[in-house]
Amino acid sequence: MANAKTPSDLTRPISPHLQIYRPMLTMMMSIVHRITGGALYVGTLLLAWWLLAIASGPNAYATFQAVAGSFIGRLVLFGYTWALLHHMLGGLRHLIWDTGHGFGPAEREWAARATLFGSITLTLLLWIFMYVMTGGLR
Amino acid sequence: MKSMRTPLGRVHGLGSAKAGTEAFWHQRLTAIANIPLIIAGVVIVISLVGRNHAAAVQILGSPVIAIVMLLFILSVTYHMRIGMQVIIEDYVHEEKSKLALIVLNTFYAIGIALASAFAILKLAFGV
Repeated sequence: MANAKTPSDLTRPISPHLQIYRPMLTMMMSIVHRITGGALYVGTLLLAWWLLAIASGPNAYATFQAVAGSFIGRLVLFGYTWALLHHMLGGLRHLIWDTGHGFGPAEREWAARATLFGSITLTLLLWIFMYVMTGGLR
Repeated sequence: MKSMRTPLGRVHGLGSAKAGTEAFWHQRLTAIANIPLIIAGVVIVISLVGRNHAAAVQILGSPVIAIVMLLFILSVTYHMRIGMQVIIEDYVHEEKSKLALIVLNTFYAIGIALASAFAILKLAFGV
């Protein structure tokens, strides 16, 4: 031990980074899970604004509604809905993995597809439902 | 001069692993809590779409809805604080900026949590 070289004395192999690997669905899902998490993090500002606007009064709420109801506002909220549902389903996948299940090639591929399909389908269904409930494009 | 200390003794307590297990566990604990709370939260938000201010105040201020929203805020902000800290620790290697970002991350999460909780409590108590 006493004569062992310190790590800086050796030219140690360096672990290859992302660009070395062939893109795979499970890898993309891992990246997207982190990106959606980051987006949701920033998006909580909207949640806080929404709640504070309601608590502040009709004028503040009207301002929020005008911004949220604009084209860009709806686009952001649509994206936020998908990010939330995708991160939730992706998290569910991680919780299953935490139990030690679902690591097989077929299972993990299926779970990745189910997460993606589920998040997109649920987002579309929610928004269609919302538009139907509120009587179409207001 | 050669140190008399063993290699293990020299590195003891210098690693990053100080509270990792707790963060790992709490991340999962809040993840589990988030699932029903997100479903409930989405239902609450959708039920408010297209309603006027008075209706929004009434719905969000009712005890059960307010409690669910408070739990939602608590669990989500706690979860996102851990998650963002992991991201910071993964990508920021300079010790000072890393520490600064971790501090800001905590302030942000607590700020969002407190502002949102305050709004809900204000509606629930009707002041």
